[in-house]
Amino acid sequence: MVQKVLIVDDSKLARMAVRRVLTGLHPSWVSKEAASADEALASIREDSPDFVLLDYNMPGKDGLALVIELRGLGAEIPVAVISANHQLEVVHRVQAAGATFIPKPLTEHALGDFLGGASASRGGTR
Amino acid sequence: MIESSPILSELESDALTELVNLGVSNAASSLREMVQEEVILSVPKVSIVTREEALANLGESEGTRLVGVHQDFEGDIKGRALLIFPEARSMELVRAVVGGNLDFEDMLELEQEALAETGNVLLNGCLATIANQLQRNLKISLPEVIYGRGIEFFTLTAQSSSSDRVLFIYINFAIKKRDIQGYISMLLDMPSLVILKQLLQAFIQRTAGPSVLSSNVVE
Repeated sequence: MVQKVLIVDDSKLARMAVRRVLTGLHPSWVSKEAASADEALASIREDSPDFVLLDYNMPGKDGLALVIELRGLGAEIPVAVISANHQLEVVHRVQAAGATFIPKPLTEHALGDFLGGASASRGGTR
Repeated sequence: MIESSPILSELESDALTELVNLGVSNAASSLREMVQEEVILSVPKVSIVTREEALANLGESEGTRLVGVHQDFEGDIKGRALLIFPEARSMELVRAVVGGNLDFEDMLELEQEALAETGNVLLNGCLATIANQLQRNLKISLPEVIYGRGIEFFTLTAQSSSSDRVLFIYINFAIKKRDIQGYISMLLDMPSLVILKQLLQAFIQRTAGPSVLSSNVVE
């Protein structure tokens, strides 16, 4: 089943890198990009994507703040926060907010685990 | 995030920021293990400026007394990586690294060594990640601790003057519970920039896929 994925990162290159890994796993899935947390919120309202792949360290509102805001709004959409900053505190905060932490650089294996696991926990919508 | 840069394209600047982010994040995770406290990082900034402007970017007046640990690197690209913080907080960083059990005299004795080691973990870690991602080898000098005013830190060679333009990258770091904050900064001389540009293009191709150069033009 074709799924919609929103990729959020202030770095265009980072978005392209995520898109590349995603396309390698699921060539037919549709991806959309947002360059900030606010753009992401607007896009989520408009398109209701199936997954959100989020950068942690962004100018303005960071990825963690966006996860907290989404959960506060009652959105249950699976979110992965992708970051090279794998300090315990960061990983714990991301998990406590209700998202999955994935280390950067992103691999097909790690992304596949997240997409598969999140689909399974929602009743195998994949 | 990216100041106007006449030489690197937007995507190349993006790639450089991403590389530095990878490097510093990895290095910060190592520092976190040393100090047992979270190390908070800002988003890296990349710009091409004079040394004086670089200093102004850091928000330091020229007179502020700072401590820096620097390591020079050479290979395909040549430059200097620095860890800088106000001199007044230097002992607090030493305390964080060596633990709280030492008396002040012992700490004073260890200060240079602890600063050098901290700089080494952060800067070497950062540079090694960047070199690996660029698939190039960098020769990295031993860390050197310097005390002084900011502008002195930004001089790459005895011949360079404060009006020379450099590629300047910086990122703020803070260890909140210790009230320590400073910067990790990198300076690259302009001849390195031509080679860096090529290395970044290759990095972009590897990261975003071979079709990137044609497909991203319209975005």
